[in-house]
Parts: sequence; C-alpha cells; structure tokens
Amino acid sequence: MTTATVRTGTRPVFWVALGLLAVVLLALPLILRSDSRLNIAILVLVYAALAQAWNLLGGFAGQISLGNAAFFGLGAYTSTILFSRWEVTPWLGMLGGALVAAVFAVIIGYPVFRLGGHYFAIATIAMAEIVLTVFNDWEFVGGAVGLLIPFARVDGRPADSWYYLQFNQHKEPYYYIALALVVLVTAVTIGVSRSKVGYYLRAIKNDQQAARALGVHVLRYKLIAIALSAAFSAIVGTFYAQYLLYIDPETTMRLELSVLIALVAILGGVGTVAGPLIGAAVLIPAAELTRSQLGGTGNAVDLILYGGLIILISIFQPNGLMGLVERVRRRGRGRPLTPPSDEEALAREEAPLLGTYEEERG
Amino acid sequence: MLLEVRHIAASYDGVPALHDVSFTVGEGEVITIIGSNGAGKTTTIRTISGLLRPDRGEIIFRGSRIDGLPAHRIAELGIAHVPEGRRLFNRLTVLQNLLVGSFSRRARAQEQAMLERVFTLFPRLKERAHQRAGTLSGGEQQMLAIARGLMLQPVILMLDEPSLGLAPRLVDEIFNTIRQIAREGMTILLVEQNVRESLEIADRAYVLQTGTTITEGTGTELLASEMVRRAYLGL
Repeated sequence: MTTATVRTGTRPVFWVALGLLAVVLLALPLILRSDSRLNIAILVLVYAALAQAWNLLGGFAGQISLGNAAFFGLGAYTSTILFSRWEVTPWLGMLGGALVAAVFAVIIGYPVFRLGGHYFAIATIAMAEIVLTVFNDWEFVGGAVGLLIPFARVDGRPADSWYYLQFNQHKEPYYYIALALVVLVTAVTIGVSRSKVGYYLRAIKNDQQAARALGVHVLRYKLIAIALSAAFSAIVGTFYAQYLLYIDPETTMRLELSVLIALVAILGGVGTVAGPLIGAAVLIPAAELTRSQLGGTGNAVDLILYGGLIILISIFQPNGLMGLVERVRRRGRGRPLTPPSDEEALAREEAPLLGTYEEERG
Repeated sequence: MLLEVRHIAASYDGVPALHDVSFTVGEGEVITIIGSNGAGKTTTIRTISGLLRPDRGEIIFRGSRIDGLPAHRIAELGIAHVPEGRRLFNRLTVLQNLLVGSFSRRARAQEQAMLERVFTLFPRLKERAHQRAGTLSGGEQQMLAIARGLMLQPVILMLDEPSLGLAPRLVDEIFNTIRQIAREGMTILLVEQNVRESLEIADRAYVLQTGTTITEGTGTELLASEMVRRAYLGL
C-alpha cells in the first residue's frame, strides 16, 4: 500500500464504512435465508481467502502461480486423512495441512524460483498437475474415487459439531468460519504489506536484479511468500473439505481451480489488500448466477457471459477493479495523488502483469 | 588493499564480456574506471557485487576471496552497488526504497542513524519521503539510488554511471555529491562514461577497453595522457 492509502485508511469515513461492512457481513446469513444463496456467499468467502493467499505470492512478490490448487488440495487431503483414519479433529488437521503445504511449497520453490516470469508460471502448472496425477493413482488417499468424510453423529444421526468442524443441520457456522478465514488471511496480508517483508517482496517484484544488487536475499523472501501462500491455501482446503464432506483430486486440485484463484486476484487488483476480496465478490456470484440461470442449456451462454465479463474488466481496468476504486476515490478528493503523467507512467509499468524481468545469471 | 581484482574474466551465456581485468582499491580512495560503451564497466561492477560469477580470476576483499559468493553475502560484507540506470523500486515510496537498502544485518541496527545521515546529505529526499520513487525527477531519482546504496553503510560504494541520462547541471550536482561523500572518508569505485568529470575527482583511475584494463594512473596523469585525450576526450 502506498502511504497515501495508509493515510486515508485512518480517516474516520473509512472506519465507519468498514464497520457497516462488518455488520452487513455478520448479518448476511439472516438476510439471505436460503441455503443456495448462502452457498454462494460461502463460495465467495472461500475464493476470497484463496485469492488473498495467492496475492501474497503473486501480488506482492510478483510470482504468478498457476498451481495454488495443489496447496489447497494438500490441505483438504491432510486433514481428511487425519480425521477419517485417526479421528484427529479437523482443526488440528488444518494446522497439519498448512504445515504439509508450506514444507512442500518450499521444497518445490527452491528449484522453481530459479525460473522467472512465464517460466515460473508454467512450472507451477506442472507441479500441480504432478500432484493431481499422484493423488489420482495413490490408493492410500482414495485414488481417483476420492474420500468421504465420515459424518459426526449424535445418536446415530448426522449432527452439528464444532469439534469435528461439521454442520449437518445448519449451514450458518460454515459461513462464519469462512468469514473468519478471510479476516485472518487479510490481516496477515495487511501485516505483511506494512512490514519490511512487504517492502522486500515488492522490491523483488519491481526489479529483482536491483534488489539482489542491494543485498536482498531474493530466494529467501520468495520462499517466505510461497510458504505463507501455501499454508493459507491449505487452511482453506481443510475448510472446503469439511464443507463438502467429500473430496477427490479433481475437485480440489484441478488446473481450472488454480486459474480461477489467480483470476479472482488479478481481476480484483493484484498486490492490493482489497483487490482479491472485491474480485471474489464480483466474479464468483457472476459465475454461479450465470451457471444457475443460463447453464445446463447446452449452449454455454453462461460461459460466454462469464468470459465476456473477464474480457471487459481486462480491457477497461488493466489494474483490476481496485484501479476503478482508486480512481473514484481520487476524484472524490478533487486532487490527484501525483501528476497524471507520472501516474500514467506507473500504470504502464504495472500493465505487463506477466512481464519478465532480466533473469539471474551465473 | 581493501579490494583487489586479479585477472578476472566473465561472460554472459558463453559470450565473453571481460577478458582480463585487474585493479586495486585502497581504503578511502576514489577509484574510477573509464571506458567506452561495451568496454565491460558494468560487467566488472556486477562481477564484484556477485550478480555475475567470474569465469577466471580472483576478487579479494580485506584479504579473503569473495568471487563466487552470493550477492547478499557480498552486500553483507559492506560492498554497495548502485546500479546503472538507477533501478529504483518505483512503486515503493522514497522511504521504503531506503529501507530496502538497509536489508543487510550490518546495516539494520544503525538504520535510523543512517536515515538521518542520508536525509542530511539529501534534504530533497526527506521532503519527498512519502512520495513514490517513480514520481521523482531524474536527478532526484539518482540521488535516491545513491542514498539507497549508502543505507547499507558500505565499506565501498560502487557507482555505475551515476551521471547517465542527466542534464549537464544535474551531472555537476551528482559529481559534487560524490565528492562530498568521498570527503567524509567513503571508499568509492566509480564507473563512468563521463571521462573528464570522473577523472577530476579520482585519486587513481583505470582505462578499460574491450574487457581488459589497459592502463592506470592518477586522475591527473590520465587526464594529461595522449591516449586518453584522443580516445575519450576527443582532443
């Protein structure tokens, strides 16, 4: 965040708006009053958290990952296996999954971070596809059939249980847990963006060679970013598994999921705190509504509309929806942050999202 | 000797850029390496700071070899590299750029004191501390690049073409700044195409031609040398 944004962040108007938003979000399940609408709200939160976790790596460090579904899946599988085989509470499984995903991410990141730009993105796709294939063929984790998560039962009937992170009677707790996850990963993002780690990550994104010349330990900070990103993706994975009560490699690790996570963050606004949240709030309902209203007719009108929306945002808001928010806010204050020419120059500089930097040699 | 470069050769993906470069930098000296475009000046600096591994030769800093060490280890020893073309982090503020400059452990403890010093040296940067680096003028950007290098609390400050792309008046200003930093006792390795000005502030200087150091002397000697005058000053 720029200092200007931090300054506006402390203005009373901002806190009032945030307070109102909090009230609305807390009251939302009461307003929606239908499981299908609540489902969409929960999906929005799931993708918001995933996109925010992606943002730590892709937005701040500038390492575009198209394999974050693998971390999500590892989280879902770790807690599910611990729960279904040894009855470990999914809350502990969640932490276990985060640890497994973070360690895996660091092991993968160590060689893969030698690649830059497009090549890094391609390597992350390959990484996720390998994980997907392994899980599809691995008998111990259920293979392609997947795993059913056993019901928490009281008197033989499926029941709600905080201990088992399962709510078979009422779905509202899922909503609040997902909301808490979004708040958690957003708080971490804010913390990172205001800390030196955040400066280092953005310095690396901005000009990796220059950061290296200044003695910044580039690899270490990229590994920190991917470990954080993986850990939070995995935590959401556990939540998702407990929500669906069934996982298989396709639902938790497929390429489309990785792409959607990146897309939500990119369309919302890369490298900003609010961007991934706004992206999820716009994109996920759009996807769900077009599918439920227009899908299933076999003519793919839903996908055409959905694709059209993405194209429109990309053309008119290359900096994501947050770019639009910034512009409105600046107009509201009646003065630009910086002279327009500079702002244009910065926008141009930001435009090549997948731009490659001069690569490390030797 | 503080820094000794012995017969280094370096290449980019197999294309040789340096053939045989040797020079020394003593404590408190201002050393200039002059040479035309493509002579290997930037490559020399990059090799010292660890961004490029030399194919042959040795780089010795305070008696131990540093060639082959990763860049962050070399920075940790106190060798600061102010890269050609400034290479600021445009989307970070001036202050944040400076704080990235004090990444290393050696600099972090003294960070606040160093900020004070840098802001005294460059009052303009203090005024603009919360502005994005990308919005500074060219001269201010170069000041920030130098200031960011100083944040490391370097033992040697290596400056790569600090006058590149600046208006003549700003070039003078930059050289005055370098003079001032040198007067405070900083050891400086300056690489420049601006031959006259850089020889004027140099204690000693080396001429680099197609990746080879071909001659050396004091700044005044080289300014008077027939070869330098013909080849680099167009006289």
